[in-house]
Amino acid sequence: MNLTLNVWRQKGPHDKGGFVKYEMTDINHHMSFLEMMDVLNEQLVKKGEEPVHFDHDCREGICGSCAMHIDGRPHGPMQGTATCQLHMRVFKDGDTITVEPWRAKAFPVIKDLVVDRSAFDRIIQAGGYVSVNTGGVPDANEIPVPKKIADEAFNAATCISCGACVAACKNASAMLFVAAKVSQLALLPQGKVERKNRVEKMVAQMDAEGFGNCTNTQACSVECPKEISQDFIAMMNREYITAKFTSDNV
Amino acid sequence: MNLNSRIPEGPLAEKWEKHKFNVKLVNPANKRKFDIIVVGTGLAGASAAASLAELGYNVKVFTFHDSPRRAHSIAAQGGINAAKNYQNDGDSVYRLFYDTVKGGDYRSREANVYRLAQVSVNIIDQCVAQGVPFAREYGGLLDNRSFGGAQVSRTFYAKGQTGQQLLLGAYSALSRQVATGKVKLYTRTEMLDLVLVDGQARGIITRNLITGKIERHAGHAVLLCTGGYGNVFYLSTNAMASNATAAWRAHRKGALFANPCFTQIHPTCIPVSGTYQSKLTLMSESLRNDGRVWVPKSLEDAARIRKGEIKPTDLPEEARDYYLERRYPSFGNLVPRDVASRNAKYVCDEGRGVGGTGLAVYLDFADAIRRDGRNTIEARYGNLFEMYEKITGDDPYTTPMMIYPAVHYTMGGLWVDYNLMTNIPGLYALGEANFSDHGANRLGASALMQGLADGYFVIPYTLGDYIASLPFQKVDASHPAFDEAEKGVKDTINKLMSIKGKRTVDDFHRELGNIMWEYCGMARNAEGLQKAIGLIQQLRADFWKDVNVGGNVDELNMSLEKANRVADFLELGELMCRDALHREESCGGHFRDEYQTPEGEALRNDEEFTYVAAWQYTGANAEPQLHKEPLQFDNVKLTQRSYK
Amino acid sequence: MSWLTQTFTSSIGRKFLTALTGLFLIFFLVGHVTGNLLLFKPDEGRAFNEYTAFMTGNLGIMIVRYLLYAAIIAHVLITLMLAYHNRKARPVPYKAAKPSPHVTWSARNMGILGTLVLVFIVIHMSNFWYSLKWGMVPTINYQEGGDIKNLYAVVRDSFSSLPYTLFYVVMMVFLAFHLYHGFQSAFQTLGWRHKKYWPIIRNVSLWFSIIVPFVFALMPLYIYFFRNIN
Repeated sequence: MNLTLNVWRQKGPHDKGGFVKYEMTDINHHMSFLEMMDVLNEQLVKKGEEPVHFDHDCREGICGSCAMHIDGRPHGPMQGTATCQLHMRVFKDGDTITVEPWRAKAFPVIKDLVVDRSAFDRIIQAGGYVSVNTGGVPDANEIPVPKKIADEAFNAATCISCGACVAACKNASAMLFVAAKVSQLALLPQGKVERKNRVEKMVAQMDAEGFGNCTNTQACSVECPKEISQDFIAMMNREYITAKFTSDNV
Repeated sequence: MNLNSRIPEGPLAEKWEKHKFNVKLVNPANKRKFDIIVVGTGLAGASAAASLAELGYNVKVFTFHDSPRRAHSIAAQGGINAAKNYQNDGDSVYRLFYDTVKGGDYRSREANVYRLAQVSVNIIDQCVAQGVPFAREYGGLLDNRSFGGAQVSRTFYAKGQTGQQLLLGAYSALSRQVATGKVKLYTRTEMLDLVLVDGQARGIITRNLITGKIERHAGHAVLLCTGGYGNVFYLSTNAMASNATAAWRAHRKGALFANPCFTQIHPTCIPVSGTYQSKLTLMSESLRNDGRVWVPKSLEDAARIRKGEIKPTDLPEEARDYYLERRYPSFGNLVPRDVASRNAKYVCDEGRGVGGTGLAVYLDFADAIRRDGRNTIEARYGNLFEMYEKITGDDPYTTPMMIYPAVHYTMGGLWVDYNLMTNIPGLYALGEANFSDHGANRLGASALMQGLADGYFVIPYTLGDYIASLPFQKVDASHPAFDEAEKGVKDTINKLMSIKGKRTVDDFHRELGNIMWEYCGMARNAEGLQKAIGLIQQLRADFWKDVNVGGNVDELNMSLEKANRVADFLELGELMCRDALHREESCGGHFRDEYQTPEGEALRNDEEFTYVAAWQYTGANAEPQLHKEPLQFDNVKLTQRSYK
Repeated sequence: MSWLTQTFTSSIGRKFLTALTGLFLIFFLVGHVTGNLLLFKPDEGRAFNEYTAFMTGNLGIMIVRYLLYAAIIAHVLITLMLAYHNRKARPVPYKAAKPSPHVTWSARNMGILGTLVLVFIVIHMSNFWYSLKWGMVPTINYQEGGDIKNLYAVVRDSFSSLPYTLFYVVMMVFLAFHLYHGFQSAFQTLGWRHKKYWPIIRNVSLWFSIIVPFVFALMPLYIYFFRNIN
């Protein structure tokens, strides 16, 4: 099939950037979206132009690198799918597809479609862990965890940190990302010891990074490739307010 | 060169305990005087960096990804083995050790494997304490499953995302140390050379991938946790950016590369659909528990299926060849990975392959659905079927899945001793980057175990032995050795940029992959390997004459990143072929056509090849030098595998 | 910064205040709509006027009233701050942005809806509350209580005008949409979300946002059509 791509090109963080149109011909509908981008890049390099830069790695929907706003939606039109798992068969011959980077103050563009998502790492560094050193831990079966709780924690932990939640949110809020980690650890007995400190610090870091505020539109869950639930945002709200009013931090 | 494996004396079960007592310790107050460089943030790198920082060392950790959590360990699906014997089904440290040595076709070190089995139990405890949400039973205790044909249930798992959960555990431990300031994290920074001062590893040269700046980092020891080199085949289940550059550049500086030809080819991957294909996706091995593998009996039917004239479901039972069930009546579809892979290749070579390219076989669930009902099959494999449909557009409930083998894991890697130190003092290799534990073939659910064992429970003990022998002073990054290494890196980059040829980097990489897959893939022979060596040499020469990189050096330039990596693959590929050529036997993932039993099974030559082949670099176009570390088996008896 | 300031200047804290004030306003609406049902009593506004007199004279009610003003102002100011901050969080907008499926129109347009509701409140207050407090409202004497203000007359006056009546009706539609998202959103923000109760909250939210504005809208319509002085 033949397609027109309208791709955001930006030379560097300080470049103004703009859209460039590319005509793609003979695209096989079995290709993944990123393979189609590979084809474009091969053509560009052969013409002596710079290829379109984009983050990608595992191409099986788990590393969270790929991040394209395709045709008006993060990761494109398929729900529960990361960009790398999106295949060309969902598009029609003659379509024009607009491809943009994630847009958020906290995710500045580095080049073309590559954005800086290190804000997420800093949020985890603020408290997204259980403070145990290697060794000296109890036997794994010494703390039973009800299956339901373990499954729920797992569902939260499936987050791949791609940033689609931020990209989808009209306020560029990172609540779903933060809530997933806060909830995973708040649910498990291992994480309960530090739960108050954790949520206070992680939310403070989230705010400091310049993400927007949640207005409960729930777009984040809809666009999340792992379909992480809104329940966790409610849980984090609860955790946060409880922590703020009952923790020892003055 | 004398390869001293430093395996401790004494009975197998006591070696590690004794060794831990005998290694030198570094005074807690002195640890902060030492800088440790960790390259890579996968399971091995993240766990090592976090554990060493907890002990008090200053750690600098490097990843070329934008975040440590993107390392490819994250994609491991199945699970992690541990000899916990929670299921009361007869597992033990000794059994895990035995299975691993046997699975590795007797080409690994007994002592290393035994230690791996010993610390496996600690790994699970550690991960659970970190909040890794493993699957659980209704009673709240951990669940296990049997994996990869093991006779006991010793695999811990978190749905099909075990690697992700374990990596996030290690990543969180690492993040905690970044917050304390004990770890300095460098993201989007790629190691391009190792710096040796007086023969000791004293630092690395890196490129900041955003600014293109070449930087020096000095330290008292360098840990390479940089994963495997499966991408030498271009198409593999590895991530796009997985590469061998750090390990290879260390090899060029003198580190020996061991058993490079031992690659694991996984039988159940989604087949290639066209030349644009960029990577292959693994489908869990568990599918073979219920799926039946077949191809058409006749060449004509196969041709008609390929052309789309008939559908696989049209073919009557008697026109199908369930070749694994036919050849291996007792194991059937559950034969080990290498056997299943090789047989798929044979039937496709005969011209009976299916799919658009003829390089695929069917994995059929029709019988299982008839027998157990669609709901049962959906409960077992629902998410896998969904993933398959997402990628191929076919519905496996109504038409058989198509699968084909793909490169998955590399057992070979940098040669290390029992302390995980390479032959270069101060240079260590952990996880898939080293060669040590899997021999010629890796068992399912053992890669995660090894990565975390090395990082959490081996290196924190063994590193001290070396560090304790060093003086306290800081390593100086202005030493002439750094100048020289930095210049070398810059020269290579400038050369790559200046060629301005006609072919893209991917173009060369794809061609290298084709050569490797054809001649150094599932079945190898002397003639093909010799041919491949010639082809690779030619391709390498072409690369340095005709590659087109484009862009600039002082900015984000992914073509340049790839060019650096492919340049190394072009050398490594040749070494793999040389190793495969020299190893005149079939064992594990290495199958030589010339060495097989009358039934077509792998034929080991224990008399001549019970050794680790460790290769020394002698120059880009010079023949490498072989060193042998003999393997001694005092506890297990070498037997021939049989799955008839 | 004290922990309290910290809490209420954080993103979640501000949302928490938005939810609390919002819920308070929702409770107020219940009272307001119930009291105003007296407009439908065919007694030429006597019950309504007596109710008005009671509401303006009672000290307890007065306190609640000031709380209400505070809640409205706080709700507006905080959401303005949030909106400003949200705008800053995405300095470069998308060229192509499609709404995600399952996301309601209300949820995406709370800012506009809120502004419209605010405009309505200002007009509504200036018309009835201002004139009641400061303006020239005729008095009426029902014997028992002496002279009381005849707000009913003002109401009847106002809703004799078709444009004014229509304005009210349209505004109630906006209020409905604002409530539809705001109601359930408040519960989500307060963390009151549970598998068992969330569907109930959603249903109550839906019906509340339909019924309350509908009854409010009936009032001008009723007066225009059945109690029109013209």
